[in-house]
Amino acid sequence: MCGIVGLFLKNPELRPQLGRHLSTMLIGMTERGPDSAGIAVYHKPVAGERCKLTLFHADPHHHWREIGGQMREALNCEVDIEVKSNHVVMTVAADEAHARQWLKTHHPEVRVMGYGQLMEVYKDMGLPAEVVDKYSIRGMEGTHAIGHTRMATESAVTTEHSHPFTAASDMCLVHNGSLSNHNNLRKWLRRRGHDFETDNDSEVAARYFAHRMGEGASLPEALEAGLRDLDGFYTFTMGTRDGFAVLRDAIACKPAVLAETDDWVAMASEFRSLANLPKVETATIWEPKPAVVYTWSLQ
Amino acid sequence: MITVDLAADSVRDLNQRLHDLPPETNERLWRIVNPKGAHAIAAGLDRPIEILIEGHVGYYCAGMIKQAKLVIDGHCGVGVAENIMSGEVRVKGNASQSAGASGHGGLLVIEGDASARCGISMKGVDIVVGGSVGHLSAFMAQTGSLVVCGDAGQSLGDSIYEAKLYVQGKVESLGADCVEKKMTDHHLAKLGRLLDRAGLKADPRKFKRYGSARKLYNFHVDHADAY
Repeated sequence: MCGIVGLFLKNPELRPQLGRHLSTMLIGMTERGPDSAGIAVYHKPVAGERCKLTLFHADPHHHWREIGGQMREALNCEVDIEVKSNHVVMTVAADEAHARQWLKTHHPEVRVMGYGQLMEVYKDMGLPAEVVDKYSIRGMEGTHAIGHTRMATESAVTTEHSHPFTAASDMCLVHNGSLSNHNNLRKWLRRRGHDFETDNDSEVAARYFAHRMGEGASLPEALEAGLRDLDGFYTFTMGTRDGFAVLRDAIACKPAVLAETDDWVAMASEFRSLANLPKVETATIWEPKPAVVYTWSLQ
Repeated sequence: MITVDLAADSVRDLNQRLHDLPPETNERLWRIVNPKGAHAIAAGLDRPIEILIEGHVGYYCAGMIKQAKLVIDGHCGVGVAENIMSGEVRVKGNASQSAGASGHGGLLVIEGDASARCGISMKGVDIVVGGSVGHLSAFMAQTGSLVVCGDAGQSLGDSIYEAKLYVQGKVESLGADCVEKKMTDHHLAKLGRLLDRAGLKADPRKFKRYGSARKLYNFHVDHADAY
């Protein structure tokens, strides 16, 4: 199983409530995924040359300040640190690829959960309600967010195997399903220079879409290509800097429901997670069609 | 009318209450509010009662019912009226996949669209859809009727037995052993009655009828490619 949710706010007035609504949606999918949960939220853009890295280490008392200090010296730039339990949001006034490379070389024990100028990623083992509390997700504002509750079938229950998966700047993906050609696709992507952090099939999908967009494809074009190249069962929800997408495979065994009002677009594995959204009683509610790309973007 | 608020009462308590009604019950009109996508609401009913559900429901709403009449004023999750035996279910919104799956009798009306596998393995239920249906609808449908006022997705009626399919719009493709058939006066009259019962306005003469070519009932080596 697994539960996925996504919320994309069209009305800026709702932005302060993004985290509150996302939390209710995530907790609504507890029965579909009690092993671990995670979210990606798009908010608090950093300006100009700065980038944001969401980092993880299992030890909540990891020496983050020391790492920040070392990076400040090595890259000769400002580094700000915000600790949230075993996650850290590091804002670095330097090129993002450069900062990630430095971390990989000097602190391989630290895992980069997400990076970009807007997106932050929080994921951990445990019930969705525990993860929501641990990272104070209810209080988060923002434009859009996606979330996942995991019932593991293909690989281990660890923080690293939890969703969302990030494969490019400000891009992330959540997946309900299982891919059958992920081993071949992983080899194909490795030959094209992509590194993998887990043996998770969903990470392959994230890197595949990142690869297509890296080649110049738009979000809808990358998803169309995925319909040809990804084999297996999937309902995906994807976030980008200014976009939100939903895609189901042609067989459509994995559930999904979409709801839209003038103020927001929301997706979830089941309607239960949409039931408490503002004015949901006036929303248009439908099941996304198989093999049809659905995208929305910020105006 | 008895109102049950699912924000306060559990689905389990509601269903138990409905199952415990005596055959000659006077408590025949029910209203359910705040369903909030809960699963298995009003499943397994076997009393001639009427229920209005105000809001959207989750999986298997009204599954396996006999006698009861339900109106769902909202969207339905997977498998609404799955294995319905008799009675009537009306969905005012859209329905997710496997609506009316393996239904033995009664009537299921979906005023909006139904998704994939509508009427899969139906065994006597009549299903009338105001909008369109998704792929593999009426797969292995044995008997009963599926009426679609809109379009039908891929592989309509794959491996169909004796169910009758009527589609007004486009059929993306027909499944194995499903063919277009002649619409006789008998079928026009039957379709007209179904549309009337469903309360949907449509002209039966604009529909096409589909059914089994009856080539896959028994294995025949000449048809091996079609299996």
